[in-house]
Amino acid sequence: MRGNVVIAGIGQTAFGKLPGRGTISLNIEACRHALADAGVEKDAVDALLVKPPTSNPQFMYGQTLAEAMGMQPRVGGAWDQGGAANISLISFAAMAIEHGQCEIALVCYADNPRTGSRHAYEKAWGDDAAYGWFGVPSGYAMLARRHMEEFGTTSEQLGAIAIAIRKHGAANPNAQLRKPLTLEQYRESPWVVDPLRRDDCCLVSDGAAAVVLMSAQRAKSLGVKKPVPILGFGQGQSSWDVPQRPDLTRTCAEISGATAFKMAGLRPHDIDVAQIYDCFTITVLMTLEAYGFAPHGQGGPFCEGGRLAIDAELPTNTAGGLLSETGMPGLQLVTEGVRQMREEATLQVKGARNCIVSNQGGVMHTHSTLILGHYL
Amino acid sequence: MIEAAFPAPQPGEAAAPYWRALEEGRLVFQRCKSCGHAWLPGRGECPRCLAPDPEWTPAAGNAKLVSWVIFHHGYHEYYAARLPYNVAVVELEEGPRLVSNIVEADGQLKIDMRLELVIQREAGVALARFKPTQGNQS
Repeated sequence: MRGNVVIAGIGQTAFGKLPGRGTISLNIEACRHALADAGVEKDAVDALLVKPPTSNPQFMYGQTLAEAMGMQPRVGGAWDQGGAANISLISFAAMAIEHGQCEIALVCYADNPRTGSRHAYEKAWGDDAAYGWFGVPSGYAMLARRHMEEFGTTSEQLGAIAIAIRKHGAANPNAQLRKPLTLEQYRESPWVVDPLRRDDCCLVSDGAAAVVLMSAQRAKSLGVKKPVPILGFGQGQSSWDVPQRPDLTRTCAEISGATAFKMAGLRPHDIDVAQIYDCFTITVLMTLEAYGFAPHGQGGPFCEGGRLAIDAELPTNTAGGLLSETGMPGLQLVTEGVRQMREEATLQVKGARNCIVSNQGGVMHTHSTLILGHYL
Repeated sequence: MIEAAFPAPQPGEAAAPYWRALEEGRLVFQRCKSCGHAWLPGRGECPRCLAPDPEWTPAAGNAKLVSWVIFHHGYHEYYAARLPYNVAVVELEEGPRLVSNIVEADGQLKIDMRLELVIQREAGVALARFKPTQGNQS
């Protein structure tokens, strides 16, 4: 089904602090923009798939949203897989379209942990809280330490990732954090959970994004301006909590990436631009290894020397990612991938033909991968 | 000054024997009677073969250091008053891995270094902490 389904429209809200807005309202705004972008009427949509918000998890969220949007979708509901859910939902929608279960799908996500509750990011890890084991950054710090000790990965190599991505964010007028970062500032950045510093950690943000999917054929008949074909996708679930994970430096992003590359018929060297889930710098490093851009353990040297910059070998997170565009888990990486493939990005990678996007959740517990092609 | 409440474990049925054993001075883990797989934390079923008959087994107390972090941010009042502190993942020689704290290390931590069990009380609750094994470095 390579290329049979396209992303026909994208939409988003402002990012940052959005007091007084619930996630339903944010979702509707993003969907409204995505439908307008695709040139599709709401009543033509027959699938509504949503990642539930972290700030206020609730039962039957997909139906609450559908009701608020006056929709009775044939395919609809919420899917919880942490941050990997966005791309997984896009892949489920693509398969449903391919097999005639629906024709036009909206996939959306809204969250407001910045003005609402950020409990999901700071909670105790079960009974291990007795040892002081709390929060999401600590899990990633545990992976980072093992990677540093086993392979010689340095703090400066993690810093190089933050510096590259923050520079891209600084150029994005919609980014929440538009302050570039120097290596000196990175070195002075306070520890959150050593070996991770404040500048290794993503933002906490309110906001929403949405995408509209349909068949390439349908996009053609509707006259969609720049339909972006979905070339490949995949998933992988490491599942084990960090303490039980047999190898802290490997994840099932390897399986997710390999599945997507196989479906797309592409290899890492065919990728011109990457949107890699950067909840923490170490996540980018480990994902690039898992996808085969660098050998296992060699992500540190790969990320050094500005290789992730806009004009370099693998331009990464060209709108600023979770580190500076918005901390929203993942769908903004897809919308920026679409802008790149439409040649409409603020920092456009010239001549880019293929874009890889990663989503992941928990502490690299879940993973999903999307490969997009140049617009049709 | 009133001390912030300790984040005491509140184990369900499957994990309660683990914490009871620590209170009695023993570190235990679960082993599957059907396939021999060993693990922590406590569960009702073996995650390898799904058999519902795990048995609690005493650990010798020897382990190695898998990884560790140092908290500089307090997520909980009790531990916020104890910054900075370390949290580690350790692997018992019998196989199971668990979250712990490393004590008596003088900051000299290395992955895969050999450790031995020290059961210590924190706010009256027995915890399975580890210290470097004397006379060897991993």
